[in-house]
Amino acid sequence: MSGTGIGARVLRKEDFRFITGKGQYTDDVNRYGQAHAVFLRSPHAHAEIRSIKLDAARAMPGVVDIFTGDDLAADKIGGLICGWMIHSKDGSPMKAGAHPALAQGKVRYVGDHVAVVIAETQAQARDAIEKIEVDYKVLSPVVAMADAVKKGAPVIHDVASDNTVYNWSLGDEAGTQAAFAKAAHVTKLDIVNNRLVPNPMEPRAAVGDYDSGTGGFTLYTTSQNPHVARLVLSAFIGIAPEHKLRVIAPDVGGGFGSKIFIYAEETVCVWAAKKVGRPVKWVADRTEAFLSDAHGRDHVTHAEMALDASGKILGLRVKTQANLGAYLSTFSSCVPTYLYAPLLSGQYDIPAIYVEVDGIYTNTAPVDAYRGAGRPEATFVIERMVEVAARELKQDPAAFRRKNFVRSFPHQTPVIMCYDAGDYDAAMTKALEMSDYKNIGARKAASAKKGLLRGIGFSAYIEACGIAPSAAVGSLGAGVGLWESAEVRVNPVGTVEILTGSHSHGQGHETTFAQLVSERLGIPIDNVAIVHGDTDKVQMGMGTYGSRSGAVGMSAISKALDKIEAKAKKVAGFVLEASPDDIEFKDGKFSVRGTDKEIDFGSVALQAYIAHKFNGQELEPGLKESAFWDPTNFTFPAGVHICELEIDPATGVTRIDRWTAVDDFGNVINPMIVEGQVHGGIAQGVGQALLEGAVYDASGQLVTASYMDYSMPRAGDLPSYDVGMTQTACPSNPLGIKGCGEAGAIAAPPAVMNAITDAIGHEGIAMPATPLAVWRAVQKTAPRAAAE
Amino acid sequence: MAMTMTGEVALPANRETVWAKLNDPAVLKACIPGCETLDKTGETGFSAVVKLKIGPVSATFKGSVELSDLDPPNGYRISGQGEGGVAGFAKGGATVRLLPPAEGQEGCILTYDVEANVGGKIAQLGARLIDGVAKKMADQFFNNFAEAVKAG
Repeated sequence: MSGTGIGARVLRKEDFRFITGKGQYTDDVNRYGQAHAVFLRSPHAHAEIRSIKLDAARAMPGVVDIFTGDDLAADKIGGLICGWMIHSKDGSPMKAGAHPALAQGKVRYVGDHVAVVIAETQAQARDAIEKIEVDYKVLSPVVAMADAVKKGAPVIHDVASDNTVYNWSLGDEAGTQAAFAKAAHVTKLDIVNNRLVPNPMEPRAAVGDYDSGTGGFTLYTTSQNPHVARLVLSAFIGIAPEHKLRVIAPDVGGGFGSKIFIYAEETVCVWAAKKVGRPVKWVADRTEAFLSDAHGRDHVTHAEMALDASGKILGLRVKTQANLGAYLSTFSSCVPTYLYAPLLSGQYDIPAIYVEVDGIYTNTAPVDAYRGAGRPEATFVIERMVEVAARELKQDPAAFRRKNFVRSFPHQTPVIMCYDAGDYDAAMTKALEMSDYKNIGARKAASAKKGLLRGIGFSAYIEACGIAPSAAVGSLGAGVGLWESAEVRVNPVGTVEILTGSHSHGQGHETTFAQLVSERLGIPIDNVAIVHGDTDKVQMGMGTYGSRSGAVGMSAISKALDKIEAKAKKVAGFVLEASPDDIEFKDGKFSVRGTDKEIDFGSVALQAYIAHKFNGQELEPGLKESAFWDPTNFTFPAGVHICELEIDPATGVTRIDRWTAVDDFGNVINPMIVEGQVHGGIAQGVGQALLEGAVYDASGQLVTASYMDYSMPRAGDLPSYDVGMTQTACPSNPLGIKGCGEAGAIAAPPAVMNAITDAIGHEGIAMPATPLAVWRAVQKTAPRAAAE
Repeated sequence: MAMTMTGEVALPANRETVWAKLNDPAVLKACIPGCETLDKTGETGFSAVVKLKIGPVSATFKGSVELSDLDPPNGYRISGQGEGGVAGFAKGGATVRLLPPAEGQEGCILTYDVEANVGGKIAQLGARLIDGVAKKMADQFFNNFAEAVKAG
């Protein structure tokens, strides 16, 4: 194909509407007669609700109705669910406390939902919630995980008297102990993975609508996976059966995981639409997003690595406390377990690994998947560990990593994963070359002359994408399958609509998916439309997260395209009066092998629909096929990122000077889009390392609830990236794709922190490495030798 | 969000006079910044409505004020709490001591030891302003009180 097929740097088709203000986001949806919802949120981290007085609020101008948890209960609307069952070491199931959409008797974090006011305007609803009087009996909160598990700590959910959701483990404890027993050296490190607020550009929003004529509900919502939302709202929460509930996720302005989950607000909006007989709209303000979007990360870890005298890794043991917040969000339970521990082998051949993870309740917002989801936490642990081990053994960090790399594939790790393909050495070689590693000494000396501390940090990350083989995740406790579906509708004149379960909220699917179709069918990219985000159009899908849309979503499209091609060959055979076996399809043309007889794709499509040239009883008219693709394995993108930075010891300000990223994403559909994903991911990872941190004070108040107090990365905080690629095709899907959406956010934090600790000469600093934190850490730095 | 502050102020009246004013609802109402009503609900309790503005958040707090540890004329503890609806809540207290004047001086010395706690929107949006606002309110209260004592 001429420049729009696989591998072409096609400009994003969707960008025209986005940059000209023509996107249709949930807040752009306005239904006739709609009313507006505003939620009353708890100002307390932990309190009993003694009573709620609504009379004064009901009398306020414009109030349509007010609901509390009692009204949901009376309608038998179920609570929010956690869709992944984790069992503790002792075999007991995780302790999931009830999670009502509006509080019933108790609030458990600042921002918890107490009541909803529905009024003619949003301003009137805001005025009315001021008049609701709630009598709280304030309870002592537990904010820090260390306090939550203390004996006698206040109990957040009665089902978990020790505030512990599960004590989970993975790996071979005895084998790992044996590895440590024969170790020549043990590296130990305490690691904190800071809590983050997702901050998509578009806050969450919902419009619920009810048609009393058909009895059908429609929910417009900011969702990464509208079908899963419908499934949960139908089967578990009980809004309406699936065929009476349509969920539409129109244009969505970023999600980073936070829009995977089924939240209280959209549940209440769609339910309330029937109660008040009018469409109900809710749009979060930014502070609500800070308070109630599921947060990310928040791990406290102690890790130990056993090494032999030469620096070969013998074993790894990791003990992590994961903060899950006040309630279990939709997929929260699997993030610090099955999305975390299986990645702790990193790119390394580690014979024995044992991981223990305690999931802890605290009086804070729920914590769930955030760009990378468990894998950044794992990468941070293993990449900090290997860096520190190399330093302690006085070995070059690159050489140390090479010594321990996995070199033959498939490679079975001791923690579930079987790496199917990769070439870690190739990425390291290329990264060292691109970063001019051999001259780092000279650059450090030049910085020192200016009074600056220069550091270099590596991150040889691996992640598991292409989530995931359904039977495999089912055996690990997942409540759903993780295949993807696709439908290819060829119109009579040969234009094509692709219906996909992979939602696009910034990933560029409308471009990359169309490139695949353009390549396969030999038609112009503009003849392809990508349809997603509407449960009435797309039959079923599992949504977009975990870098799965390329590897899983496009594989489903590819499989459906195979069927289209097979059927079209039959049609072409009738038209060209040849056996389908003799028909070749290339560059958009069907031809009879060995002849000059040919017909283009559009003409075959027309023939398929007019059905004049074949017997409709022998071959069905039309050209439409669908497919489900269930992956055979996870995919394993991997790469090496190198961060080089300078610290001004006088001010603690860190300036990233160079960033080298070499990633192996398997086959790439659109390098421009992939590079964009890498750039954005690194920016997010640098944000975590240098700037971002959600802070609750001791009373459970979120004191970083606006951009005055929560620092996001800006252009000035970031360098120009030097991005390169290596390629080993992924054998686990038909397109050889691995996935690229999270790599930057996974790779970046350890690269930055390894560089900072290299510069300051000790490990005593945690993320975010703000200027104050760096300045304090520099005060503990021993004066450097003059030669350095 | 918790904060604490301490201070002292010299008053031009003896301890007995000051003590009487410290227990006079009309004086307290006039001195508490933003206080709109202060009604006695019992021997030592009051219900109160206080209007406050902290940074971008303004709200009317409805709550209660309680006097305790009464030790005439040496001091007491005044504590209060209020719910400000969507704005959040505020609670706090002050231990007030009345000391004899320094040698050769008239009047008495009032010392205060205040702790305050806020939550909800005030903490989310005004976190950086709260210390300043709380200090200003305490200063205002005791300055107002000094004026009231001066006025007799």
